[in-house]
Amino acid sequence: MTPTTIALLLFGLAVMAWLAARAKAMAFAAPGAGADRPHSLPVYHGWYVALWALVPALLVLAAWTNFSGGLVYQTVLASPEAQALPGFGMQRQAVLSEAYALATGASDAAFNPQARALAPVYAGAIAFYFWIGLALTLVVAFAGGAFAYSRVSPAFRARTRVERTVMAVLLAASLIAVLTTLGIVVSLLFESLRFFSMVSPVEFLTGLNWSPQMAIRADQAGSSGAFGAIPLFWGTMFIGAIIAMIVAIPLGLMSAIYLTQYASPRLRAWMKPALEMLAGVPTVVYGYFAALTVAPAIRDIGLSLGIAASTESALAAGLVMGIMIIPFVSSMADDSIAAVPQAMRDGSLAMGATKSETIRKVLVPAALPGVVGGVLLAVSRAIGETMIVVMAAGLAANFTLNPFESVTTVTTQIVQLLTGDQEFDSPKTLAAFALGLVLFMVTLALNIVALRVVKKYREAYE
Amino acid sequence: MSDALPFEGVDPTPTDWSDAAMQRRIRKRYAAERRFKLVGLGAVLLSAGFLAFLLVTMMANGLSGFAQTEVRLDIGAGQASAIAAGNHEAALAEGVYSEGAWVPLRDSAVRAGEIWLPASTAIDTAAKSDGTPAAEAAYARLSNEGRVRTGINWGFLTGADATDPTLVGIWGAFKGSLLTMIVTILIAFPIGVLSAVYLEEYAPRNRWTDMIEVSINNLAAVPSIIFGLLGLAIFLNFMHLPRSAPIVGGLTLALMTMPVIVIAGRNAIKSVPPSIRDAALGIGASRIQVVSHHVLPLALPGILTGTIIGMARALGETAPLLMIGMRAFIAAPPGGFSEPATVLPVQIFLWSDEVSRGFVEKTSAAILVLLVFLLAMNGAAIYLRNRFEKRW
Repeated sequence: MTPTTIALLLFGLAVMAWLAARAKAMAFAAPGAGADRPHSLPVYHGWYVALWALVPALLVLAAWTNFSGGLVYQTVLASPEAQALPGFGMQRQAVLSEAYALATGASDAAFNPQARALAPVYAGAIAFYFWIGLALTLVVAFAGGAFAYSRVSPAFRARTRVERTVMAVLLAASLIAVLTTLGIVVSLLFESLRFFSMVSPVEFLTGLNWSPQMAIRADQAGSSGAFGAIPLFWGTMFIGAIIAMIVAIPLGLMSAIYLTQYASPRLRAWMKPALEMLAGVPTVVYGYFAALTVAPAIRDIGLSLGIAASTESALAAGLVMGIMIIPFVSSMADDSIAAVPQAMRDGSLAMGATKSETIRKVLVPAALPGVVGGVLLAVSRAIGETMIVVMAAGLAANFTLNPFESVTTVTTQIVQLLTGDQEFDSPKTLAAFALGLVLFMVTLALNIVALRVVKKYREAYE
Repeated sequence: MSDALPFEGVDPTPTDWSDAAMQRRIRKRYAAERRFKLVGLGAVLLSAGFLAFLLVTMMANGLSGFAQTEVRLDIGAGQASAIAAGNHEAALAEGVYSEGAWVPLRDSAVRAGEIWLPASTAIDTAAKSDGTPAAEAAYARLSNEGRVRTGINWGFLTGADATDPTLVGIWGAFKGSLLTMIVTILIAFPIGVLSAVYLEEYAPRNRWTDMIEVSINNLAAVPSIIFGLLGLAIFLNFMHLPRSAPIVGGLTLALMTMPVIVIAGRNAIKSVPPSIRDAALGIGASRIQVVSHHVLPLALPGILTGTIIGMARALGETAPLLMIGMRAFIAAPPGGFSEPATVLPVQIFLWSDEVSRGFVEKTSAAILVLLVFLLAMNGAAIYLRNRFEKRW
């Protein structure tokens, strides 16, 4: 029997409580009761009693599951068999965890004789505290249920109580989002502060040299890690904000213009979902496409032009990222062009301008703030994108303007620093969190600015 | 009257449109119009062309991953007894069979005569594209002897990860994805719908509500890798949940998917007309009853559409799962929520890193499987939207 079984038992009890309370309420809710009509429907009485039987008992169970482990441990340590344990931390822990594995049946042979002696003590303590926990939760469940059941009467406002609980649950659910945001900020800040206590923030934000290797031996060559993140920031900007945007802005904008202004309804019905599919393709697929098809092609083109191109060129990653971003730019542009008042379009056409002149001289300038907002959102999306750059961009932190060379990005380095087995205290691992913090701040700022731009412009026309 | 016009001094004769210079200008403007339209069409076709090119590349590379080359083994009288005794190496000594070929050999009832066994990676590659010269020669010899054929690779659909590309399968990763998605939807859907209901129907207009709204909108835009860092810091390092388990992956993806569901849910609830709420309130329903009996059922198709789209995004997500250690080599399908597992996109990433050429087709084949599922989910979402969504 485990806490899960107890929880299932409690749910069973709650169902019975629901049925019992509803039956009691049904008895006085007979039709034609006139002025003595009960306040709440029988189901609400049922829910009221079931909640009282379930919720406090579940809380007790949760608390008990957290505490009983410590209590079991204390009991085992206090037992006479435990007095013979070695005093050393590591060895002591090894024996104890082996005894625990024996007692719970996770393993069936002990390497250490002391563990074998300790196992029955462990099993006894676990069983003892389990029965106490079971008894405690059952008592609470029955007490809660009985208290609530005794209150079921025609005048009792069960519905009001139940609805108040529902409201509390709704509020709690919406607070999860705040907690998540808080969790992100706190965990990133906490780990970053530990990083910055080892590496100065000035070096991190202004240094030009990134090589996060830490020494395994003190006398190792090249032992000191360098944590200057400027090449990373540049690489991220170069791929995500420059190359990808050079691809995505013209294609996305022109696609949006063609689909909204020129295309026949039939073509639009087919092409719009096709473009949206580009956004639905998983990024790992784009990454594989970039590494398998695009990068070798770009290297060959580079070689035929006489440029020494890397197989992990910034151009390959940026191009594929640009393709991924096209639908974002295009749908934002679509929305902002649609929001331009019809009168402006009509005015321009009435003056004799052709359709393309209207678009270029009237619609696009009027829709520009929205388009800019969309581009900012797309940039924030691109610099946070991980898989394409992990699979197609390099690891060398080059500070270069040559798109045929390999650059590395913030997200690539985060993945690189955190995969594999590392100690959690080394600056190398913590650097990933500092990079994450920078990424979080930048994308957040971009989003806020973009949304503000879009909103302000919408207001101007409404 | 004419002297009151502001066009004093302007030549009153109408513009002569038939003038040669004017004609030239108009032709130029019309040409510019046509060019602009062509550029637009080009942009659309280019974008769609990228999609088509991507799909065709994956198809061209991946379809052969569902097939396997088989080589016939003629069991002689002398070998039969050795095979029966469990000595399979001698029978497979030719070196053209897969590393795992002894399993079907052991399980088969054939003890004499012929049996078809999966070919080795080298032969398989030589049969499908171009292998090493030695493998090409061996393949040519085998096909001259009529000992090769192509069959469907059922092992790919039922197996798990392996080191030999002829033995890998996708079921292990698929099951991991399934378990992870179950955790994700069990957490993200209720929380998402409840938050959407609260924010849209009950929340008072105050600073707290604004804070909730701002954080939900921001979470929807946070890069996915940040959720991976959150999962690593909170679920693994703080709560000590097991590494690379579907439960941790599911929790992390749930936090990522929840804002998507909240935003879709709010839009769906917003589109239910107020007259329905007023009517229910008017005949004495409580505020909770109004929502649970009337608003939610009407908004459900919209909410489900948003949920499916969010789940499709979670299914294709790789980066956060790499952060919480779901990149281990897992050779057996996971048995439960807390056992080490991998998921489809991570499996694709892992295979894409393999050097062996046999993995190229397997990676593309796995991508095809993933894309089929994503397309099916998106198709279901579009169907739901068209079939059930009401325009009020």
